[in-house]
Amino acid sequence: MSALLAADLPYWVQSLLRVLGGVVAVLLPAGAIVYLFLFKMMSFMQSRLGPMEAGPYGSMQLFAEVGKWLQKEDITPERADRVIFKIAPLVVLASTFLLVAVVPFGPDAWFTNFEAGVFYMLAVSSVSVLGILIAGWSSANKYSLLGGLRAAGQLIAYELPMVLAVIGVIIQAGTMNLQGIVMAQNTGEIFGWNGLGNPYILTQFTGFIIFMIAVQAELTQTPFDMPIAESELVSGYMTEYSGFRFLTFFIAEFATAGVFSFIASVLFLGGWGVPFAWFGWTDIDSVDNWMNVVGPLIMFGKMMLLSFVIMWVRFSYPRFREDQLQRFAWKVLVPISLVNIMVTAILKVAL
Amino acid sequence: MIATDLLVAQNVGFGIISLLMIIGAVRVVTVNNVVHAALWLVIVLSGAAAQYLLLSAEFVAITQVLVYVGAVMVLFLFGTMLTRARIGAESDLNNKNWILGIPVAILTLGVMAYVIVDGFGSERLIENPGDTQPIPIQVISDDIFGPYLLPFWALSFVLLVAVIGAIVLARKD
Repeated sequence: MSALLAADLPYWVQSLLRVLGGVVAVLLPAGAIVYLFLFKMMSFMQSRLGPMEAGPYGSMQLFAEVGKWLQKEDITPERADRVIFKIAPLVVLASTFLLVAVVPFGPDAWFTNFEAGVFYMLAVSSVSVLGILIAGWSSANKYSLLGGLRAAGQLIAYELPMVLAVIGVIIQAGTMNLQGIVMAQNTGEIFGWNGLGNPYILTQFTGFIIFMIAVQAELTQTPFDMPIAESELVSGYMTEYSGFRFLTFFIAEFATAGVFSFIASVLFLGGWGVPFAWFGWTDIDSVDNWMNVVGPLIMFGKMMLLSFVIMWVRFSYPRFREDQLQRFAWKVLVPISLVNIMVTAILKVAL
Repeated sequence: MIATDLLVAQNVGFGIISLLMIIGAVRVVTVNNVVHAALWLVIVLSGAAAQYLLLSAEFVAITQVLVYVGAVMVLFLFGTMLTRARIGAESDLNNKNWILGIPVAILTLGVMAYVIVDGFGSERLIENPGDTQPIPIQVISDDIFGPYLLPFWALSFVLLVAVIGAIVLARKD
């Protein structure tokens, strides 16, 4: 998307293409997840049809929804802190856009190729906490404030297992660059057999499970939806938001689910690549150019698979209590991921 | 001409970010609301991260965001919101002795500027501006776990002491 074209395009065209690509990479997964999983899959799991009126099988429902939200009145509570109230959803959405910037979609189809891509991903994903916290505070509503505080406590607690789960992958790949991790998986071999590469879900299965649990908590999806528990807190930090500002939160939530699925598929499922041995590629430079078209499709497929798992869990489990939630993070996930790091490091040196 | 040397993109970026940081820093101490002050501080700290990026110190920039914006400021806001964050202006935020802070700040600035100019004044970070290559993380980690291992251990020890201190303070008995 960028490096391929970098040689013959002026800077502003490249920037424009990157922005457009970023918007597509954020909105397309969000739309697909909301329609396929939130509308349709949840309905089927509950023995109903879901939206059926707008378009065939309700496939135009998303446009109807967006139109509805755009028409709604933009209400700011009278005693709210106006400026911060308006900035907060944008901070959360900005975090999503910053997050997608490191995801590689093909050998040349990337937005930025950070040397420390994994580290960058962990850093910018923590920015959204800030947005949620100030959204809860500036609403001047005790339910919102409680929701914001719960969200912050939960997100801080589950960031730690997420970081620790990723370290196992970094140790095994020997690099923090996401392209490097994709290459390490696709050129790897299982006991000398290179027909499948070596996707880290096999060797880092513990890490993968911990990562997905942490993602579930970071997205505040059920069973970790204490911050927006509707029976206790109305809708947590989003209670006072209406119209377009609520839509921003909503898009950010599902777009972040998509982006985290992208990242999980890069870290654990081999990313955009097919095992390089199939076509006789040896490293990233020898990969054929058509992978820049096929790669994003592979990524999209893996993203849908992982989002499906996230949504499946969301629709299947009841909510954790606040103390159970914290205890689970600190007393179960963190020790297991520490042990995982130790075992990975020992095996890395020993083998 | 000096102007052609100065008006490279990095310098313009440096100027804009510095201006934002200075405005943010002034607002941190003048604004009449604890949460607003904390949010201006977020701008200052992210500005520092942006400056590191301009110097192609990628790792330090990301660490700055992860530690300060993502963790320290969140804990800060969390703490103030749990205890005393009202919406709107608060009158008793300023300490009466704030005027004393000015000479202390100027003195600190002077000492730090002198130390930096004295210690690194003649060194250049990049010999040829233009070929800015980010420093590989492997080099940084080799340095931390090689020549700087002892300071690193000392820092970890300080953090451990802080953690134990926090537990002791928070215990009810």
